[in-house]
This record gives sequence, C-alpha cells and structure tokens, in this order.
Amino acid sequence: MDITLDLIVFTVLALFITVSAVLAVTTKRILRAATYLLFVLFGTAGIYFQLNYSFLGAVQLLVYAGGITVLYVFSILLTSSEGDQAEKLKKGKLAAGLTATVVSLGLCLFIMLKHKYLPSQFEHGELSVRTIGHALMSGDKFGFVLPFEAISILLLACIVGGIMIARKR
Amino acid sequence: MIPMEFYLIVSTIMMFVGIYGFLTRRNLLAMLISVELILNSVDINFAVFNRFLFPEQLEGFFFSLFAIGISAAETAVAIAIIINIYRNMKNIQVKNLRDLKW
Repeated sequence: MDITLDLIVFTVLALFITVSAVLAVTTKRILRAATYLLFVLFGTAGIYFQLNYSFLGAVQLLVYAGGITVLYVFSILLTSSEGDQAEKLKKGKLAAGLTATVVSLGLCLFIMLKHKYLPSQFEHGELSVRTIGHALMSGDKFGFVLPFEAISILLLACIVGGIMIARKR
Repeated sequence: MIPMEFYLIVSTIMMFVGIYGFLTRRNLLAMLISVELILNSVDINFAVFNRFLFPEQLEGFFFSLFAIGISAAETAVAIAIIINIYRNMKNIQVKNLRDLKW
C-alpha cells in the first residue's frame, strides 16, 4: 500500500485520538481529563470530515465540542475544590481493571480482524445537505421523521428534568 | 483508499480505553467522561460501516446523528443529578454514595 495524503492525515488523527483518550482516563486532575476529552472529540470530528460526512462533523463540533465540554467544565468547577486530585486506587483493583480491559481488547480486535466483511468501497464526494434534509423530513420507508419527532420530545423532557433535578429547594 | 479496518481499530481502542476509565475511576464526573468516550467510539463505527459497506443508504449516518443528540441529553441530566448529589453530600466520590435517599 503506497503512502497517500489521506493515509498520513488518518495516521495523525488516529495517533492524536489514541493518545488523548489514554491521557483522559489516566490523568490525575479532572479538569485536564475534560480537556483531553475535548481533543478526542476534535479528532473524531476530523475522522467524520475525512469520511466526507461534513454535516456529521459539524454537528459533532457544535454539540459535543461546543456544548457538552462546556457543561463538563462548569460542573467540574462547581463540584471540585482547589488542587483536587484523583484518589489512589488499590494496586490489585487497578491491575484487575487493566487486565480485563487488555484481554477483551485483544479478543475484540482478533474477532474484528478475522471477520470477512462485505466488499467495501469508498466513493469520494460529499453527502449533500439536501439529501439529509429530505431523508430527515420524509415519512416514507427510508424517512426519519418519527425519530426526529421523538428526539424533540426527549430533549424537551430532558430540559424540564434537568431544571427540576438541579433547582434549589 | 484507507481500509475500513483501520477506522475500526481506532474506535475499538477508544472504546476499551473508555471501559478502563469506567472501571478504575472513582469520581462520578470522570466516569461520565469515560462513558462519553465509549459513546463516541460507537458513533464512529456507525458512520464507518455506513460509508464503506452501504454508501447509497443513510441509516448509519442518521443513527450517529441521533446518538449525538441523545448523548447530549443524557449528559445534561447526569450532570444535573451529580450537582444535586454534591449539594447534599459535598463530594462526588463513588464510595460515599450508599443511600438513595437522605
């Protein structure tokens, strides 16, 4: 396989995502964990852009990187005091978690790489927003108007529930 | 063209890093960050399968789109619960959460 620009971009993104994800779960300070999570989300948006799903990448940047990370940072600043560090876990528990994770990661990778997928192809070209809009708003066989309405109800319920739970009594 | 397996390897590693964090962290917000990693890796898988195996259909794309929306809702409610816990117990370490009611 020859080295193309696509492959270089993908390699950089993959390394960025992996390193940031590992740092996000191993760093001692929780605010740094939130920052590394932001980096992982940026890398994921880059992967969506590389797959020619620009709309999905934009949604990822808007909702995850713009909304959820800010929510995390605010709640971390509200709930943790100055110089707060993660408490030490027992060595045995840490080793047990690490072993379980590594073993199941190996098993999953083995099965995934052994599996014969359908013949895959990759067509260059952007998925047009017109297509997305028509599919999202149509009630035909491949239309998504029902989940669209359901998620709007869910978001309303979530707003009401969030206010109800977090308000002062 | 980049083989599909490369993307799947990245998302698998991300998923198990998230699981490791969920097992070893003892702070509610850190555990929520790990859950976020897991959800994100699944979104990548849906988009990749849609792109490489069924490029003329849109199911995986829309599944990722709705999963992003639902995980935003989930995070908002979870953070509301965590702030409520902090208000009552003054910290959010898992070992202190023994009662459902106080």
